[in-house]
Amino acid sequence: MTTKSKRPTPLKKKKISGAEIIYRALEQEGVEYIFGHPGAVLLGLLDLFLQRSKMKHILTRHEQCAAHMAEGYARASGGVGVCLVTSGPGATNLITGITDAYMDSIPIVCLTGQVGTSMIGNDAFQEADIVGMTHTVTKHNYLVKRTEDLAKTLKEAFHIARTGRPGPVLVDLPKDVMLGEASFDYSDEVDIRGYKPRTKGHTRQIQRVAEAIKESKQPVLYVGGGVIHSEAHKELLKLAETANIPVTWTLLGAGAFPSRHELSLGMLGMHGTAYANKAVDECDLLLAVGSRFDDRVTGKLSEFAQKAKIVHIDIDPTAIGKNVSVDIPVVGDARQVLLEVNKLVKKQKRSLWQKRIDRLKDDFPLSFDAPDGSPIKPQEAIVALSEEVGDKAIVTTEVGQHQMWAAQFYQVSFPRQFISSGGLGTMGFGFPAAIGAALARPDKLAIDIAGDGSFQMVLQELATAVQYQIPVKVFILNNYGLGMVRQWQDLFMDRRFSEVGMEVAPDYVKLADAYGAKGIHVSDRADLRPAIREMVETPGPVILDVVVDQDELVFPMVPAGGASKNMILQDQRKKKPLKGKLSALPDN
Amino acid sequence: MARNAEDNSQNMTHIIAVLVENKFGVLAKVASLFSARGYNIDSLCVAITQDPSISRITIVTRGDAQILEQIRKQLSKLIDTIRVMELPAGEIAERELVLIKVTAPKEKRAEVLQIVEIFRARTIDISAEALTIEVTGDEGKIRAILELLRPFGIKEIVRSGKVALTRGAKTLKSVKN
Ligand SMILES: Cc1ncc(C[n+]2csc(CCOP(=O)(O)OP(=O)(O)O)c2C)c(N)n1
Ligand SMILES: [Mg+2]
Repeated sequence: MTTKSKRPTPLKKKKISGAEIIYRALEQEGVEYIFGHPGAVLLGLLDLFLQRSKMKHILTRHEQCAAHMAEGYARASGGVGVCLVTSGPGATNLITGITDAYMDSIPIVCLTGQVGTSMIGNDAFQEADIVGMTHTVTKHNYLVKRTEDLAKTLKEAFHIARTGRPGPVLVDLPKDVMLGEASFDYSDEVDIRGYKPRTKGHTRQIQRVAEAIKESKQPVLYVGGGVIHSEAHKELLKLAETANIPVTWTLLGAGAFPSRHELSLGMLGMHGTAYANKAVDECDLLLAVGSRFDDRVTGKLSEFAQKAKIVHIDIDPTAIGKNVSVDIPVVGDARQVLLEVNKLVKKQKRSLWQKRIDRLKDDFPLSFDAPDGSPIKPQEAIVALSEEVGDKAIVTTEVGQHQMWAAQFYQVSFPRQFISSGGLGTMGFGFPAAIGAALARPDKLAIDIAGDGSFQMVLQELATAVQYQIPVKVFILNNYGLGMVRQWQDLFMDRRFSEVGMEVAPDYVKLADAYGAKGIHVSDRADLRPAIREMVETPGPVILDVVVDQDELVFPMVPAGGASKNMILQDQRKKKPLKGKLSALPDN
Repeated sequence: MARNAEDNSQNMTHIIAVLVENKFGVLAKVASLFSARGYNIDSLCVAITQDPSISRITIVTRGDAQILEQIRKQLSKLIDTIRVMELPAGEIAERELVLIKVTAPKEKRAEVLQIVEIFRARTIDISAEALTIEVTGDEGKIRAILELLRPFGIKEIVRSGKVALTRGAKTLKSVKN
């Protein structure tokens, strides 16, 4: 030891607080908006939002909606949505949103405050084991235990959320970790040895796909959300047009293919078009791209696409062979795989098949009756909206009948134009998602096609929309109740309507007024289109309350677990009552 | 063509080896994957490997070919999973360690000790009334000794769960498959 103490080697980088590290990491990720709701453990981080301006914090009225806004932002922009909530109840309130994002593969990063590391496990005030609770509904989650690990963890979190099959990643941030100090280094490339998603399809498998297309006489493309996530719509269009393959999509795949295209079959599945379901029944080759054979799509598995050879292109190996056995599996990114397939596919005419499809479309069109003097039909309201705003809008939906009518009748023409909760079917998704979408795409008009029941679960976010003057429009198909559940009771419970009526409902004009927004009410057909125009032209948040026929049902309908040949094409109530026995009730 | 992915291969037992990051919470993720998807776990064994940053989990599970395939893929999908492999029956050395506390009063003790010797097991504790036996072996050997000891009265038993390695020079590489 020398007497003269050596000065410590100067640190390469200045140390900053954990909160500052988080802030800078978010900046580096290009985050524009953070949807959040505060609490004591977040004070240091929140303080930073006072000094800066580039990144904006949106104060939501409920944490669940913060997650849905992040989802809406992510789905409309193609980027990663971010939410920030406090420990305990703040974190647990996020769970529905996280689960929704997990089911629909939406990239969001959820930052949750946590009690200090020394308190964890003690049932401390506002402590919740959010990491433990979200193991099965996140793509990955972290509890950060040291300030030094913050930057690396956040970088990994964003990387994991947006790559491969996207999904929610949760990062739990104990108070002391945010108070502690460390240097900030965000330069390292992410390298996680257990996470190397495969994006390039296997060459031989791709050849087999091309051969199968060549040999097929009656192919159908069945596309899902994966096409949108991977931005494969151009390659999809090219494949469909080159090889003349009709295209059907799932609820999440809407927008992957232009709905007015002559090769378009619309949505398939439980409430899909009859011609899409019949085409799948008759096809000899089903090309599934970024879709996952969900039970709402397939109905009875043993009778789904029975005559077809099945190709399944998906980035997630676990999605392949999970529900159906696949003849040609291809693990890879939809866009990259389709690019390769397109190199091998030659122009092919399929006039017979195209004729058959045209015939199916003529014979089984989507239809509804709206006789003069009748109440406004929900379908006609969607048609009117679609015609009035069309491609100017990004539409989100809630969950219920209105959602299915929106999927059937709104003419969607570009990816990320239609945003709906598919896998989880979360009522209350659409309104906050529309707020997120409005922020992501200020060039578009964000419209939530809402059910009255769903909207009432989240209407407090009107305050958020008004506070930040987010020009979001809520188009309520108001049937004064839980229409979709009522429909099942109508069809399978002999019209015994139990616990589905919501006659007690707010006056939406007054409600909007109370929040400082604009409200419009219509119940006459003649007022519908003018009201839509007024909604569009009024700046800021608007609610348009459209009172619609309560008795209208969504058709076609393949009863849950049924085969598409048992599809109910249209309202048969007037002809003969359906079996009103409990035994007729589908599984779920 | 049957569209249902299920086939009718029996409820076979499978041994799956998983290399995971040796980090806090990883075992919980593996366990919740099994419970969330309704897969069986017959036994699960986890400990650190020669590389201190990696743990090895050995899972014994049951299911048909399709379930096994899903288990393999779902395990692979976990971010903290580095490698997953089903260990092929017949090409592996598998062992389980079992401690058995068996009733063995003086007059029966010799008989019990004889069994211990035949099975090349070990006596690790002894008292007036009971013997504690340690036995290591594959499933067949364990089953056999338990059967022979049962008539004496098994008071308590603890099993480590199976561990296994493939035979020969081949190893489970720590790269994502
Ligand atoms: C959070 C949540 N709770 C319950 C349900 C079950 N559910 C599905 S549709 C529906 C009715 C939705 O009513 P509304 O939003 O008014 O839409 P409508 O069907 O009337 O168009 C219900 C209760 C759900 N999907 N989500
Ligand atoms: Mg309703």
